[in-house]
Amino acid sequence: MRFLTSGRRHKAARPLLLLLSLFLVGAVYAAVSPATSSSAEGVADAQLVAAGKNLFAVNCASCHGLNAEGLAQQGAPNLTNVGAAAVDFQVRTRRMPMANPLTQAVPGSKTIFTDDEIKALAAYVASLGNGPAIPDQNQYDPSNVSAEGAARGGDLFRTNCSACHNFKGAGGALPNGVVAPRIENTPPEQVWEALRTGPGQMPVFAAGAIPDQDVQKVIAYIKQVNAAPSAGLSLGGLGPVAEGFWAWVAGIGSLVLFAIWIATRGTRA
Amino acid sequence: MAKPAELSPASPAMEVRTPPKDPGPSKLAGPATWVDERIGLAKLMSNIRKVFPDHWSFLLGEIALYSFVILLLTGVFLTIWFKPSMAEVDYAGSYELLRHVRMSEAFSSTLSISFDIRGGLLVRQIHHWSAMLFVAAMTVHMLRVFFTGAFRKPRELNWLIGVGLLSIGLVEGFAGYSLPDDLLSGTGLRFVDGLIRSIPLIGTWAEFFVFAGEFPGTLVIPRLYMVHILLVPGLLLGLISAHMALLVYHKHTHWPAPGRTNHNIQGYPFFPIYVAKAGGFFFIVFGITILMGALIQINPVWLYGPYNPSQVTAGSQPDWYMGFVEGAIRIIPNWEWHVLGTTWSWNIFLPGVALMGLLFTALAVYPFIEAWITGDKSEHHLLDRPRNAPNRTAFGVAGMAAYGMLWLAGGNDIIATQFQVSLNNVTYFMRVAVFVVPVLAFIVTKRICLSLQRADKDRVLHGSETNIIVRSPDGGYSEAHVPISQGEAYSLTRHPQLDALPPNGEKLGRTRQRLSRWYADGQVPTPTVEEIEAAAHHSDAPALEGSDTAESGVSH
Repeated sequence: MRFLTSGRRHKAARPLLLLLSLFLVGAVYAAVSPATSSSAEGVADAQLVAAGKNLFAVNCASCHGLNAEGLAQQGAPNLTNVGAAAVDFQVRTRRMPMANPLTQAVPGSKTIFTDDEIKALAAYVASLGNGPAIPDQNQYDPSNVSAEGAARGGDLFRTNCSACHNFKGAGGALPNGVVAPRIENTPPEQVWEALRTGPGQMPVFAAGAIPDQDVQKVIAYIKQVNAAPSAGLSLGGLGPVAEGFWAWVAGIGSLVLFAIWIATRGTRA
Repeated sequence: MAKPAELSPASPAMEVRTPPKDPGPSKLAGPATWVDERIGLAKLMSNIRKVFPDHWSFLLGEIALYSFVILLLTGVFLTIWFKPSMAEVDYAGSYELLRHVRMSEAFSSTLSISFDIRGGLLVRQIHHWSAMLFVAAMTVHMLRVFFTGAFRKPRELNWLIGVGLLSIGLVEGFAGYSLPDDLLSGTGLRFVDGLIRSIPLIGTWAEFFVFAGEFPGTLVIPRLYMVHILLVPGLLLGLISAHMALLVYHKHTHWPAPGRTNHNIQGYPFFPIYVAKAGGFFFIVFGITILMGALIQINPVWLYGPYNPSQVTAGSQPDWYMGFVEGAIRIIPNWEWHVLGTTWSWNIFLPGVALMGLLFTALAVYPFIEAWITGDKSEHHLLDRPRNAPNRTAFGVAGMAAYGMLWLAGGNDIIATQFQVSLNNVTYFMRVAVFVVPVLAFIVTKRICLSLQRADKDRVLHGSETNIIVRSPDGGYSEAHVPISQGEAYSLTRHPQLDALPPNGEKLGRTRQRLSRWYADGQVPTPTVEEIEAAAHHSDAPALEGSDTAESGVSH
């Protein structure tokens, strides 16, 4: 034991000890921490649900309650029957966990969870009751929609979506600072999940009202209408307000400059 | 028994003159003579040397005129293919994202102009941008006339014609906006349907008259087409002709300057100077409009889709010139009466019908009200600089502020999404701002005008800054001023002073007397001859600041 005692007054002893203890804490945490990506892969459902339950307790329970029963005074809904699709949508788009419970859950930059963690959370919430599952690709994939199907999707879009999300999905305002977000580039599975789970103020569009085939058509329309070329600068797709702004600024503005130029040019009869 | 007037021997009338030998019509003159003998071309051509003064703000009306020409040209192109029919068809054109969607023939033909007619989309976009510019140019032209006092006697009637042009310009624009029968057209028509219905007592009958039954019916598009391509353009053409005939009759106004008086007009002749300038400006306006049509998308009806009463889109707004009505409707509280089973929709009638009536009535009566307040019955051919009519200028800016607030309120949802603020807060703010901001604008503008008057007076009395800082032997610094030119001094002092009407001079009412006193109050009197002379004397011996000698003074 002499090497321990002899070196303990060495200059590097303290920093080294600190590093060692940090490493130990990290190693222990890694060993006991639930639902790491490697442990979630390929395990049975029960294990996934258990991992999800742990994640839920750490990340969600403070508002939604330990058993997802919701907390009315926090404005946090009961999650018993929201289904895996709702969890996948809310967590993957960074709406949940919320930064501030008093404002709208707006899509953030990037989710803080890995795919497997989201899967585990979704599996746990799905195990609590009945709700839409995370969709398979064949439920939302718009690649098989025909041209006419996309046109039909446009009609459905204008009937059901454009009132809030604007005619090409550029988004719009709702009361009290809430917005209907831009959906021009939303991934198809998230459109499907939003329709089926009705996040925020959005109504639920159940399969009985808009079957999966029609959802694919709507998704195909959003994709194609935004991929189509516009007739010049599209001005953000905001409608006549932007057009009026440019008529005054670019149109009248430049014409007045030209008028000034013409009036000051030499006029010698 | 009047004594015959003596003719001076030098008078040209005393010279013996022989008529020049008629060389006979030259080859070129032949056709001209032929026309002259039949329609009096020579007399018309005598106006060709008509003099126009030069100032950029006199060209704003020309933008409107040229936009109107562009609208006629592009409009003719569009009528060749547009079908003003509300018959329902199954779309089979080349825009795939509307394939087999049910729509009216009007919308289908608009799509075919956009996608299947060569150049159709470009012409549609030019037509629409031109319409936006037409109304915008009329507006700025009107503001120029207002702020310079060009509406005063003898031009009141021409001002009224202008107000008429602006108001039916809105009708024309709205009818055109409605014709394609796209989702925004239909939403706009529904809006107007609401306005018509909100008129007390006759609303429902008027609605049934306009739409030939329930909204939307099948006749409104053909009717609007008639309004858009025949009735209103005809009225516009007639009024524009009258507007310009009166312009020629009154001659143009001009800014005060040496040699420019109320009784003359200085400028350059129509031919060749203004033919070149105005012709060139026409091509510039046309060019800018074409550039906008080619580069900036406007009214993409294929994205809005055909009108369907069950659909609506976020961002449903009218074109800019109806934005103030839209804004008023958006911010008004829900005021409605229910009396004996009848509904009185003040929440639609006041911000819609009454507001438009108020705007155009205020515009129409303003020249007469101002003349009544000032008691000014003289002719005015010299323009006012806006600062020299502070109350008029402040009133105009207040009006612009009120209009601007309503305008912004019309885009409250766009403001909410683009600036990430609450839609409700924007609306509450605008409810207050539409009344408060004009008052603030009035006060601030009037103060700025009076300050500018003071600055003018200062410039006349003390000259202009030389930008040369002189250091005196004692270390003081001063900037010498040089007197301004006589011409500039004339321009700065020639505006008439506003005088309150003499008390009970003509048995004035108390209101009129008070208004007249208020209108003339606060203005900075133009310097008198003595003041100018005294000031000139004073600046002959500029003293340097910081010198302690007895004759030192502050040089200005």
